[in-house]
Amino acid sequence: MPIPFTTQIINLLASVLLLIAFAMLSQRRILSLINLFAWQGLVLAVSTFVVAYSTAQHHLYYSAALTLLLKVLILPWLLHRLIRKLNVKWDVETLINIPATMLVGIALVIFAFNLAAPISQLSESITRGLIGIALASVLLSLLMMLTRRKAVPQVVGFLAMENGLFFAATSATHGMPLVVELGIALDVLVGTFIFGIFFFQLRETFDSLDITHMEKLRDD
Amino acid sequence: MMAMDQTLGILFQLCQSLLVVMLAPLLMGWVGQCRAWLQNRSGPGLLQPYRSLRKLFHKDAVLAHNASPLFRATPYILFGCMWLAAAIIPIIAVDLPFSPAADVIALVGVFALARVFISLAAMDIGTAFGSLGARREMLVSFLAEPALLMVFFTSSLISHSTQLPHIVDTFAHHEFVLYPSLAFAGLAFVIVLLAENARIPVDNPSTHLELTMVHEAMILEYSARHLALVEWASSLKLLAYISIGIALFLPHGIAEVGNWGALPLAIAALLTKLALAGAGLALLETFLAKMRIFRVPEFLGTAFLLAVLGLLIHFLLGA
Repeated sequence: MPIPFTTQIINLLASVLLLIAFAMLSQRRILSLINLFAWQGLVLAVSTFVVAYSTAQHHLYYSAALTLLLKVLILPWLLHRLIRKLNVKWDVETLINIPATMLVGIALVIFAFNLAAPISQLSESITRGLIGIALASVLLSLLMMLTRRKAVPQVVGFLAMENGLFFAATSATHGMPLVVELGIALDVLVGTFIFGIFFFQLRETFDSLDITHMEKLRDD
Repeated sequence: MMAMDQTLGILFQLCQSLLVVMLAPLLMGWVGQCRAWLQNRSGPGLLQPYRSLRKLFHKDAVLAHNASPLFRATPYILFGCMWLAAAIIPIIAVDLPFSPAADVIALVGVFALARVFISLAAMDIGTAFGSLGARREMLVSFLAEPALLMVFFTSSLISHSTQLPHIVDTFAHHEFVLYPSLAFAGLAFVIVLLAENARIPVDNPSTHLELTMVHEAMILEYSARHLALVEWASSLKLLAYISIGIALFLPHGIAEVGNWGALPLAIAALLTKLALAGAGLALLETFLAKMRIFRVPEFLGTAFLLAVLGLLIHFLLGA
């Protein structure tokens, strides 16, 4: 049975999403990390658009537009502004070295694919194979949050994790209701603002964005 | 009919082998010329590799006193291996009489055989540079080889065969399908090609700077006809790698044995693809900077990662 061309495109975009997740994991600079995050948003928006087109679900067009606006334009702009104000363009510090992180990443991808195999049996949508990829990118973003020492990459990891979840929702069930999506979008936006304030507080208190300082209790 | 088929096959085989041997230095010249253009130089001209080969063949060979027969034999083995590899790959036609001789895994073995001999010969004289080059070559190749095998496995899984003619057949003569896994494998293959052919991010083919050279360090002791054969073998290797890339990822236009009508088209397609690939290689080499030798494992690790991701995506999506 030949696969429809739109599904092929969605598969390709899903693979690019996974590739970007790995590129983020291996990235050493904060600026390129944010640019990669913007690219991930763009791929997500395009894939949502293609799913909307191929299944003729009109509310998905809105969520594609929302993704484009929020994750490609506003959030990267906010993050850029944030690192300019905080003056943090230095290299990202990792807890484990990058090749080892990549190996753990591959193991996570295999784990995610195995985990998703029974779930995708239950789904009837055309893009059910993609649940594994979405799950893998969620796990990879989680790994990025775990292995980074500084606050900004951790927040980018958190946002990328949300991207993965969004992709899972689009590919498994053709998207959530629009109200839920709007709510999540607003949450992410507000979350980023709060994180920004949190960064400034963190720097004022500790003179650094290294969150390991927060593990120590102080008596005074 | 059977005998007729065989004669035709052998004719096609001869045609391809001669074409490849004659074309390989031209490819080198083309890459050099493109690099010169991109760097605002006038360049040595397309035929420069032929001129230097001719010059080298007319010189008298100088050998070190302690050179063993292995040192003398290596250029011939090297050239033979590369020519054999180029004869197995479907470059202008599929189903050549030589192609059942080796599948893609054996092809990797042929390249490995050449590598073992050049490294042994490099250490044979006992100079510091020779063993340094041999060690670096081994470091690069032991990381590049698994990535290359993974790339081959991905295309073998899609086409259900490790024979290159079958793989070409699956991709060239069926309807067009987008394979995300092949895109990953293609990226990995480009990285392996750069590393294995001593091109710029890994090795610089145009310097003799002691701290950076890998391939040049191994062939420092060769002169005259030996050096000519080694150089010719390197250009054949580059041509063979690019042809493998074409066979795996862009096989459209490769003729079938016995189909004389498709032959001019096949040769035209080959020349176009080679010219594009050479220009692309020159572009890559102009944009990238030579990396430190200790960054090379990470670079090749990326290739391995991409190839494994391709495999995994093939298993998940079936595409």
